[in-house]
Amino acid sequence: MVIGLSHYLTVAAILFTLGTLGIFLNRKNVIVILMSVELILLAVNINFVAFSVFLGNITGQIFALFVLTVAAAEAAIGLAILVVFFRNRGSIAVEDINTMKG
Amino acid sequence: MSLAALFFYLFAGVAVASAFMVIASRNPVHSVLFLILAFVNAAGLFILIGAEYLAMLLVVVYVGAVAVLFLFVVMMLDVDFVELRQGFLQYLPVGVLIGLVFLAELVLVFGSWTFGQGVTGAVAAAPSDVTNAVQIGRVLYTDYVYFFQAAAMILLVAMIGAIVLTLRHKPNVKRQSIPVQNARTKQMAMDVVKVPSGKGL
Repeated sequence: MVIGLSHYLTVAAILFTLGTLGIFLNRKNVIVILMSVELILLAVNINFVAFSVFLGNITGQIFALFVLTVAAAEAAIGLAILVVFFRNRGSIAVEDINTMKG
Repeated sequence: MSLAALFFYLFAGVAVASAFMVIASRNPVHSVLFLILAFVNAAGLFILIGAEYLAMLLVVVYVGAVAVLFLFVVMMLDVDFVELRQGFLQYLPVGVLIGLVFLAELVLVFGSWTFGQGVTGAVAAAPSDVTNAVQIGRVLYTDYVYFFQAAAMILLVAMIGAIVLTLRHKPNVKRQSIPVQNARTKQMAMDVVKVPSGKGL
C-alpha cells in the first residue's frame, strides 16, 4: 500500500480540527489555547510540506520554514503577555480578560 | 503493508492521539508533554516524506525551544488548574459541533478536489545528487533572501518584545551603574583625616 498525498492531508485535517476543538473546549485556560494554535500551525506545516514533496517544488518547504518562524515568535510574545497579565491580575482565565471589552 | 506505510500509520496515529490528549488532559503540564510528543511524531512524518531539514528544525525549534518555554510558563504561574477545568462540559456540545462542521468541510474539499492539468499526484523524483538541506539552502539564500531577512527581523522584534514585557526592576536592589562609577573622583571617594597622636579617632 502506497502512502500518498491524501494520507498526509487527512492527518493534517484531523490535527487542524483538533486544534480548533481545543480552542472551543478550553475556554478558561489561555495556555491550552496557545497550544491549540501551535497544533493548527503544525497541521498547516504538514500540508505545506506534503504538497511541496508530492509536487516536487521546494517552495512549500521554504514557506513552512517561515510559518515555523512566525509560530515561534507568536509563542514567545503570547507567553510573555500571559506572564505579565498573571502578574497584574493573578489569573489566566479567558473570562477575566475583559478589560478592553473588545 | 510495506515498512514505510507501517511507520506512517505509527507516526500519524501517535501524533493524532497526542494532539487529542493536548486538548483533553486535565493537567497543563501533561498537555505540554503531549504537545512535544505530537511534534516529534510530526517530525517523523516529515522524515518519512523526505523533508529532513524541516524535521530537524521542528525538533530543534519546537521541542527544544517553544515547548520548553510553555513548560516553564506553566510551572511558573501559580494557577489553580482544577478551577480552570470547570465549565469544560458546558462548551463540549458547541465545540464538538464546530469541530464536526470543520471536519465535514475539509472532507468535502478533499473529496472533490483534484490536481490541475499537467500536475501529477505521484511522488516527483527528487534530484538525488543533493540533499534536502542543500536544496532548501539554494532557494532560500537566493530567491527568498529578503524573506529570510524579514524572518530574522520578526524573531528580533519578538525577542525584544518578550524581554521588554517581562523585565521587572525591583526597588531596593543594589545595581551596578557604570556612569556613576566612572564619575567618582578622589575627593568623593576618600576623606583624609588628621589624627592627633595618642588620642585615637
